Amino acid sequence: MTRFNAFSLLKNALGGHRNWTEQWPDSQPRAEYDVVIVGAGGHGLGAAYYLASQHGITNVAVIDKGWLGGGNTGRNTTIIRSNYLYDESARLYDHAVDLWENLSQELNYNVMYSRRGVLMLAHNVHDVQSFKRHIHANRLNGVDNRWLTVQEAKEYCPPLNISPNARYPVMGAALQERAGTARHDAVAWGYARGAAARGVDIIQNCPVTAIRRNADGSVAGVETAKGFIRAKKVAVSAAGHTSVVMQTAGVRLPLESYPLQALVSEPVKPCFPCVVMSNAVHAYISQSDKGELVIGSGTDQYTSYSQRGGLPLIEHTIAAITEVFPIFNRMRMLRKWGGIVDVTPDRSAILGKTPVPNLYVNCGWGTGGFKATPGAAHVFAWTIAKDEPHPINAPFTLERFRSGRLIDEAAAAAVAH
Amino acid sequence: MLLIHCPYCDETLPEAEFTYAGEAHIARPADPSALSDEEWESYLFIRSNPRGPHHERWRHLHGCGRFFNAVRDTVSDRFLTTYPAGQPRAALPIKEAAE
Repeated sequence: MTRFNAFSLLKNALGGHRNWTEQWPDSQPRAEYDVVIVGAGGHGLGAAYYLASQHGITNVAVIDKGWLGGGNTGRNTTIIRSNYLYDESARLYDHAVDLWENLSQELNYNVMYSRRGVLMLAHNVHDVQSFKRHIHANRLNGVDNRWLTVQEAKEYCPPLNISPNARYPVMGAALQERAGTARHDAVAWGYARGAAARGVDIIQNCPVTAIRRNADGSVAGVETAKGFIRAKKVAVSAAGHTSVVMQTAGVRLPLESYPLQALVSEPVKPCFPCVVMSNAVHAYISQSDKGELVIGSGTDQYTSYSQRGGLPLIEHTIAAITEVFPIFNRMRMLRKWGGIVDVTPDRSAILGKTPVPNLYVNCGWGTGGFKATPGAAHVFAWTIAKDEPHPINAPFTLERFRSGRLIDEAAAAAVAH
Repeated sequence: MLLIHCPYCDETLPEAEFTYAGEAHIARPADPSALSDEEWESYLFIRSNPRGPHHERWRHLHGCGRFFNAVRDTVSDRFLTTYPAGQPRAALPIKEAAE
């Protein structure tokens, strides 16, 4: 692995950039691994990286039906924040933000984490009260979040329309300054490169068709398009397709898969300094470093695996954006796409062990999995290595749907819920 | 835009007139107090979430207002059939009717 630094950049620049070596090999599966991870997105690759770097488990394969980072890792709107209401969620997402802050240095790969701040707009008295409650709860949990008046919000985000005559006037905003964005592809690539350098095999374009179990019920390995692969442990991190994969092991999950769409505008010069979310008007927006406005809102209303979604939702999203930012009403939109997100009844993830011995699952991130990538990958690797949950993911069990100990963030998070 | 056939109005109309109402044919328990935790979990939270034909409920909200059942392929989003609520679960496979 070539270490990236100013010297290697200069050396390769002088050589016309013809001598860069590949960042990870295109591996073929071996007959047996200690751990097989299903799904080469940020969460799966990150878990492989932490298994290798922190737990010394390097006989690991990450298998994906497509190319790495081609699912929801490459389809999200790259927003990172941790201003969740409940203690369990705040700990999990803030753990992720802690890791985001140093991720580029850790991976020697620029993930372009940008602490540009996430502003959540309040448009009515209920918003004001519930956001202030969030701010107090966050601060008690050590998560930064503060209240901005209308004028302060306008100063923080000059394109904001604060006219009292707006259809949905802005009455203030909650600001998390440590929140922001990162380059989503680079997260998958950085983890893939770091994991491969430590001996992890990354096997692409190889669908896992079934999880096979031994006579005693424990996991035996996975059936794939390239044959059976024996594994001591199997960890599923397959986002919207988790239900389908886990069903082959006889595990039924409280998940439903919905399309979540996003779109980008034509690229323009820097004009939008932060991330803005509006629950009431129902959309969120930021500007990528390429200059595109990156826009999203909630899921489509029906379950689907189409990775497409319907146009009515795009119209709804754009209507909301132009309501809050009239200056964008003549922007042309360039591309739209959909990813399939797995939603749990309480809108919190399932991250831990399953009823099948040596089978682990990291799913149910719904519309907000990207922000959690390093934190989730880190505690998932811990869970796989030690066969017990890390204190941070201990509450995020599958059993909570039986015991009733839900982590009901449904009404407590961002616009997508 | 999906086009959905309302079995009551007997018209094929745009998605915007309808709301989705989750998986169909999940029967409310006859004797709730007799259910175990596992049965409650299964009734309340576990869903089939198939990749392929899915039995689901829709409501013709901006029309007759009534609930009906449908079978839709979750890969193509094509509706295979719709039928009034109360009718038995449509058997698979369903041959798609000509438009």
